[in-house]
Amino acid sequence: MIEAVRLQKHYGKTKAVDDLSFTVRPGRVTGFLGPNGAGKSTTMRMILGLDTPTGGDVRIDGQHYAQLKQPLRKIGALLDAKWVHPNRSARSHLKWLAVSNKIPVSRVQEVLEVVGLTEVAHKNAGGFSLGMSQRLGIAGALLGDPEVLLFDEPVNGLDPEGILWIRQFMHRLAGEGRTVFVSSHLLSEMSQTAQDLIVIGRGQLIAQTTTEQFIADATQDTVRVRSPHAAKLREILAAHATVTDDSASGSLVVHGIPAQQIGELAAEHQIVLHELSPQRGSLEEAFMQLTKESVEYQAH
Amino acid sequence: MTLLAVERIKLFSTRSPYWCSALALVLGVGLTAIIAGTTDNGQVSLGVTQFGSSQLALSVVLVMAALAVTTEYRFSTIRATFLAVPNRTSALVAKTVVVAFIAALLGEIIAFGSVGIAKVLSPASDLAINTSGEWRHVAGVGLLYGIGAIIAIAVGILVRQTAGAVAILLVWNMLLEGLIGIIPKVGVKIQAWLPFMNANHFLQLGGDNMAEQAGAGVDFKLSQWGSLGYFAGIAVALLVVALIVAKRRDA
Repeated sequence: MIEAVRLQKHYGKTKAVDDLSFTVRPGRVTGFLGPNGAGKSTTMRMILGLDTPTGGDVRIDGQHYAQLKQPLRKIGALLDAKWVHPNRSARSHLKWLAVSNKIPVSRVQEVLEVVGLTEVAHKNAGGFSLGMSQRLGIAGALLGDPEVLLFDEPVNGLDPEGILWIRQFMHRLAGEGRTVFVSSHLLSEMSQTAQDLIVIGRGQLIAQTTTEQFIADATQDTVRVRSPHAAKLREILAAHATVTDDSASGSLVVHGIPAQQIGELAAEHQIVLHELSPQRGSLEEAFMQLTKESVEYQAH
Repeated sequence: MTLLAVERIKLFSTRSPYWCSALALVLGVGLTAIIAGTTDNGQVSLGVTQFGSSQLALSVVLVMAALAVTTEYRFSTIRATFLAVPNRTSALVAKTVVVAFIAALLGEIIAFGSVGIAKVLSPASDLAINTSGEWRHVAGVGLLYGIGAIIAIAVGILVRQTAGAVAILLVWNMLLEGLIGIIPKVGVKIQAWLPFMNANHFLQLGGDNMAEQAGAGVDFKLSQWGSLGYFAGIAVALLVVALIVAKRRDA
């Protein structure tokens, strides 16, 4: 379990992370979501003891990262696939990592096979494509067979094949009962991988919830209504909800009350409806809506 | 021991230490070879054999030691290091020990290699190492390299980028300390307390060709071994500062 309590990181006047508290539950995949510059990477660096928080605290199973005796056996992280020496072979890179945490060197071969890099293991990491580097980074994270895994934007810049591979890999890790904490700025990506979501914007917590709940909350209460008596219907609904005209299709878009209630209201006033459809709003829209609010809130 | 093994793997799994070692060897021994080859047979002295090792090759070794840490920052492998070993002080001390040991070993190879090549090229010269002063002059080069490597690593940790660290080390070692002697009156007094000047003082052979040796004309207040201790003290002090900074700084 990763637990952050009132975590802060200030760079001069900029508050990269501002009073952020959250819990990453064990045995689940938790998505860490926020637009670029929201403070996701900074938070991850603080979890891993690379950056010192300005205030607050973050612990892994009750311990600071620096207190972990052999950290790679507890938590494996991939923050940046390019954190390898370009003139060092993939195998050598993994070997020194293994030795540093007293992990048997035979494990290097195992993780190379897991990520499918066995054939290029002797080659210098500098010549690797982004996808291969990403695999090497994941091999490094898996080296100590840790129960907790941390990935920062693992699909960023990958081609579709690479994205699919990473996604399947996350599922596999979760299936093995590991705790996975993965950041992304793409909600659609997360909605397919993560069970829990921690959403931040401008360094502040916007939501911590299950993915299911988040999607339900974000997409409810938008209903498209079409009626030959639009003006009258508009009047009636306006008393209960926010109604906007969709001039393109000549229909009404109703926020704030469920489709069921609109139907009942229409029946009560004997208004004919040609369409009554709840909108499954796009996740990205909902996400942008949420994070935009946080930005506006910040600007005041 | 684990951390020493880690740093050894890291150092020898890239090419730059091999190239730097080879370059230091070629320059150090090569300069002696040229000097011995162009001097009349029988006229080469032991003091002359160490110009290459104590002046020229030293610079290459300083660069190699600085590179061992600046490349870690350059490629962010320092972060991978700190993730694997959260105790930054242990990790960096292990690196310092490994690099300093290799530098010292290289120093001995170059120093004795230089004497050897001089013997081959100028067989009539008296190049026997008999007195304790002569032993210090040759075998001391290794100590100089080891301590110099500590300074280079400290500078590397503080500056974090190759170009800056290399510039500082080369200007400091090759130019600055020598040029300070130009300052009238006080210059020589200051030089008596400069680290690389003291390092050269430690190596001084004395005797007939005293004036040709580095650090000549400076009125050192310390004994020769005292000078080495002073050089080592400054190196350790710099390293301690660097370790404190590295511990407090965001990686």
